[in-house]
Amino acid sequence: MITDWSAMPAILLQALAETGQMVGIALVFTIVFGLAVGVVLVGTDTGGIISEPFRSPRLGAVIHAVLGFLVNVGRSLPFIILMVLLIPVSRAIVGSSIGSVAAAVPLTVAAIPFFARLVEIALREVDEGLVEAAKSLGARRGTIIGKVLLAEARPAIVLGLSTSVISMINYSAIAGTIGGGGIGDIAIRYGYQRYSIPYLVVTIIILIVIVQVVQLIAGAVVRRLNHR
Amino acid sequence: MIEISDLYKVYPDRRANSSPVEALRGIDLTVKRGEIFGVVGQSGAGKSTLIRCVNLLERPTSGSILVDGQDLAKLSDGGLRAARHGIGMIFQHFNLLASRTVQQNVEFGLEITGVPRAARRTRAAEILDLVGLADRASAFPSQLSGGQKQRVGIARALAGNPKVLLSDEATSSLDPETTDSILELVKDLNVQLGLTVLLITHEMEVVKRICHSAALLEAGRIVESGNIIDLLNTAGSKISHALFPLGESMGAQGNTVIEIMYAGQLAEEPIVAKLSREFGIDVNILGAAVEVVGGTRVGRMRLELPGNADRNSAPITRLRDSGLFVEVLSAGVLCAGSLSAEVREAGA
Repeated sequence: MITDWSAMPAILLQALAETGQMVGIALVFTIVFGLAVGVVLVGTDTGGIISEPFRSPRLGAVIHAVLGFLVNVGRSLPFIILMVLLIPVSRAIVGSSIGSVAAAVPLTVAAIPFFARLVEIALREVDEGLVEAAKSLGARRGTIIGKVLLAEARPAIVLGLSTSVISMINYSAIAGTIGGGGIGDIAIRYGYQRYSIPYLVVTIIILIVIVQVVQLIAGAVVRRLNHR
Repeated sequence: MIEISDLYKVYPDRRANSSPVEALRGIDLTVKRGEIFGVVGQSGAGKSTLIRCVNLLERPTSGSILVDGQDLAKLSDGGLRAARHGIGMIFQHFNLLASRTVQQNVEFGLEITGVPRAARRTRAAEILDLVGLADRASAFPSQLSGGQKQRVGIARALAGNPKVLLSDEATSSLDPETTDSILELVKDLNVQLGLTVLLITHEMEVVKRICHSAALLEAGRIVESGNIIDLLNTAGSKISHALFPLGESMGAQGNTVIEIMYAGQLAEEPIVAKLSREFGIDVNILGAAVEVVGGTRVGRMRLELPGNADRNSAPITRLRDSGLFVEVLSAGVLCAGSLSAEVREAGA
């Protein structure tokens, strides 16, 4: 097949926009819910800061177990299966099961548990002594979560976020198969299905550059935040 | 200021066949207003549990703790938080927030109590000046030495003007010189601010340098407690023996071994020389220690007097009459070692 070089920039630009839209939408929800889930996972663990919600250790244990189970379920489903399973959900939320906005739904659902586990790891790294010091100063739970746990874990959370974004860009290629579009979709449609080596190479280069840039930005942010 | 009575802390067994751990078994302790009170004991004795019960970082199993007349265990969550504003705490590993500057760390407690930004700034500057760290306000904890970190910890604990300071092994991870400077600071703050200090430590040096009173904790029980000078005048006091270790030397068999304790003016007198001259006996010094405790020069000395106790009753009486505290460890009868142990036990 002869490569139509002149069409390439427009095709790639649109694909980039689609990837950006998919990952962007999914990222916003992933940050919000991933942080929340991560905090609740750590907090409701035995001895955690919210291990006794409403003075009930049992409620804390139940929340911890259920949430942990859900996160594991989310992590154990292959993305392509999750995507198919979530078609009705996308349709209900976005009104369509095709397109990059619709593809953001399974992307979000897959990324939340992934990021939540990374947030959990980051929060567990925070020295228990800091929580104790905050308690000794009379801090509320909200203050401890916001100003001690999340504030101290910021560098690790940013690193976790960059890992999540890169995974999401990966997944977005698969989302192309249900009409999500994006860079990965171009690689599959032009590069794989039409055997267009130039498209394959160009898209791969773009993906590599994106991942490098994400990692570089994350590294710079972490350096600024990290005072340990 | 702090009244602890019949305090028990039992950790429930986590595994099926292990029995519950009784960390504290009936603690009674009173810390007077404005006093520096030290609780000493080996690791595992329950010191840490004890101090953490005072501000309810650990909830006591039973018993009561009154801080400034208030029973913290009976307060609501909000009431407890408010009460904690009046109780500062410092830690062995400082527990400073790495993401905040020195100034922001000091302001943390004030943020919690809702002090406006401008007032927080002023107070932080003031207290940092007091602990001698005014020039490091914008540094991060990782850029500070251990001693400086503990000064920040102290500044943070005191920013909200608490009446009580709890110190959980605050100098245990510092080198001796830095320990001295931190202890000096605590002593100054105790005097300047009228701060009541309850500290736990495994270092006798800390008790010796700054404590007015001390208690010895062993396996969850207080085995000895009181004013330091009084403890030094108590026969068989483990704390005073630990404060002034005199070694194991017990002299020759058949001789009398005594220990004398002297404080204040008496410490200036040439006791041994006088004794020797007055009674014409050869006094042998087996061990001696002179220290400044709570501003008073005190010392302990172990002396060996020739002959058994009967022959030495006159010199011993003479020493006692001159105001010295004298403990006869070995009366000079056959087995000196076992007898001295019995005497010690009887004394305790």
